[in-house]
Amino acid sequence: MNKCNKNEIFSHELPTTPLDPETQAKRDAKIQVAMIGFCGCWGCTLSFLDMDEVLISLLDKVNITRSSITDTKRIPGRMALGFIEGGIANSENIEVLEEYRENCDILISVGACAIWGGVPSMRNVIPLEECFREAYIDSETAVPNAKKTIPFHEDIPTITTKVIPLHEVVKIDYFIPGCPPDGATILKVLDDLINGREFDLPSAMNRYD
Amino acid sequence: MVKIIIDGKEVNAEVGDNILDAAAKNNVYIPSLCYVKGEKCLGTCRTCSVKVNGNIMAACTIPVSEGMNIEVNEPDVTDMRKALVELLFSEGNHNCPSCEKSGRCELQATGYEVDMMVSRFPYRFTPRQVDHSSKYVWLERDRCIFCQRCVDLVRDKETDQKIFSIKGRGTNARIEIDKTLADKMPAEQVRAASDLCPVGCIIDKSQGFDVPIGQRKFEIETIKERALKGSIDE
Repeated sequence: MNKCNKNEIFSHELPTTPLDPETQAKRDAKIQVAMIGFCGCWGCTLSFLDMDEVLISLLDKVNITRSSITDTKRIPGRMALGFIEGGIANSENIEVLEEYRENCDILISVGACAIWGGVPSMRNVIPLEECFREAYIDSETAVPNAKKTIPFHEDIPTITTKVIPLHEVVKIDYFIPGCPPDGATILKVLDDLINGREFDLPSAMNRYD
Repeated sequence: MVKIIIDGKEVNAEVGDNILDAAAKNNVYIPSLCYVKGEKCLGTCRTCSVKVNGNIMAACTIPVSEGMNIEVNEPDVTDMRKALVELLFSEGNHNCPSCEKSGRCELQATGYEVDMMVSRFPYRFTPRQVDHSSKYVWLERDRCIFCQRCVDLVRDKETDQKIFSIKGRGTNARIEIDKTLADKMPAEQVRAASDLCPVGCIIDKSQGFDVPIGQRKFEIETIKERALKGSIDE
């Protein structure tokens, strides 16, 4: 039974086989990093992968725990860095973001969506009801003859009236603008933070598009 | 020639120059968004605010005078200029990834120069009506910063009447276009008006995303480099 009193088991609640102690010790000695994408396109994560072969040397120093790449659903412990892309568009985003804030020493907002809402925030100037109507009732691509309904269920996260930036929900330590930022820009920031240097994004690397 | 002090350094300035131009000639960049070199000063955006003899003033509005003490890169006033740029970003809907002006937008380029990563003010997402009724000009009101460059400097060739105007006051203020006059604009004038707009509010309908990323105006030469050479609008 979970907290909602339903007979459900989440994947992270299932028993797991522990790693062999040597590998586990190696992983534990690294800098722990968690990543997540909220309302966005995952382009910033793709940009992260754009670091190409530098990723290999980076992974000697960091251990990526929860992320879209590892597909781990929960943060397993205290993290040094949280790397977040996407804006806040529903109640689940808020819960998860708060979990990240509680468990990460440093949180970084990555990309236009995380910083000010980005492309998804284009819906902010249109009333939410109209957005739902367009998506589910008057949709051009609706299945013919299907019952037209706006999805609503306690298990479906509630959509926020507006897409809002992360720093309007929790304190964010650093910002990397861009849509998406270049792999080189992300590397510059991560490399500085991992090696104990101050965050420094020169204006020549700053980009809003 | 008069002697002025910029950031503690005594330099020469030409009589009749405003502080913004005098500073540029002495290799000191002051960000600005409404000022067009050679045209009368508008003084609307205040982005060029500096300290003159201890008081904060818009550099484009003040002619230099003997012994003037100008502080440009003093931390408080630098942060104030940054705050002014951030205000513009949170007041309108400045969606750089979807804007045709990106890469040649003065607001965006100035944002980079003042080291803005995020606005300290809440983003407002004010709904603004786009006006695409005129034949050649797409008026994207989301992006207007009310600099009034177009209001003062874009005029009908025959009658010298204003083509653009600001209607309403305060939060109801909006940029308007005189459709009859706008439809008479020759192609070069439409392009010039679009280039004059420091943001992506006046868009030439015949021009889209025509320059690849990496080769756009302010990517080849930053706004600071252009301002110091005196060629932002070329």
